[in-house]
Amino acid sequence: MASGVKPRVKVPKTASAGDAITIKTLISHKMESGQRKDKEGNPIPRSIINRFTCDFNGQNVLDVTMEPAISTNPYFQFQALVPEAGDFVFTWYDDDGEVYDAKKSVKMA
Amino acid sequence: MEFSRRDTFALGLGAAALAFLPMRAYASATDDLIAEFTGGADMAETGITLTAPEIAENGNTVPISVAAPGAVSILILASGNPTPPVATFNFGPLAAAQEASTRIRLAGTQDVIAVAKMADGTFARATSIVKVTIGGCGG
Repeated sequence: MASGVKPRVKVPKTASAGDAITIKTLISHKMESGQRKDKEGNPIPRSIINRFTCDFNGQNVLDVTMEPAISTNPYFQFQALVPEAGDFVFTWYDDDGEVYDAKKSVKMA
Repeated sequence: MEFSRRDTFALGLGAAALAFLPMRAYASATDDLIAEFTGGADMAETGITLTAPEIAENGNTVPISVAAPGAVSILILASGNPTPPVATFNFGPLAAAQEASTRIRLAGTQDVIAVAKMADGTFARATSIVKVTIGGCGG
């Protein structure tokens, strides 16, 4: 599914150095599991986002391998350390080869 | 064709075995996946917390969260799903706490299992049973 995919990320705009901040991410995606059948009884092929990563200034925060058992519109909440001002980069990898990303900057308070 | 007592008994056994087969197939698939992740190492019962609702009305989105201080990665499995793996969280150097929340699909009432690999190479496991009213795998 390449259409209508919209990543949404919630990151505090400012933080103090060394702070732990909570990040929430959501991306709109059908996450077709490959288990469902259409009206004619044919299986609907699997189409999911299979990997999600979060990096800060090139250093990894979280790397998730996703399976079809992740719900529609995959949501993640996790904690990240902010050692300095910089950018969070979030990346989602689709089964069809598409890559979606989002970027959020954090300033020092 | 007439059934003797012995035949009837054998039939009953066969039916019982058939009924249990799918459940066991799922369970062994889960065990295999855990063994693959841990390399057969022993798992502690402490050091990892899996939070899942006791009853989920809708199996399509079941909120879970998992926390394991000192873990490098956490494997989540749903033992009763057609495909047991759910997700693997790998924590990088900038993860402030080894915890994450997400929403998962559950086909029916079953055990959700989390296995954490600690930085020192040990493993910990937590299990939580979730009762599901409506399954989340479509029909």
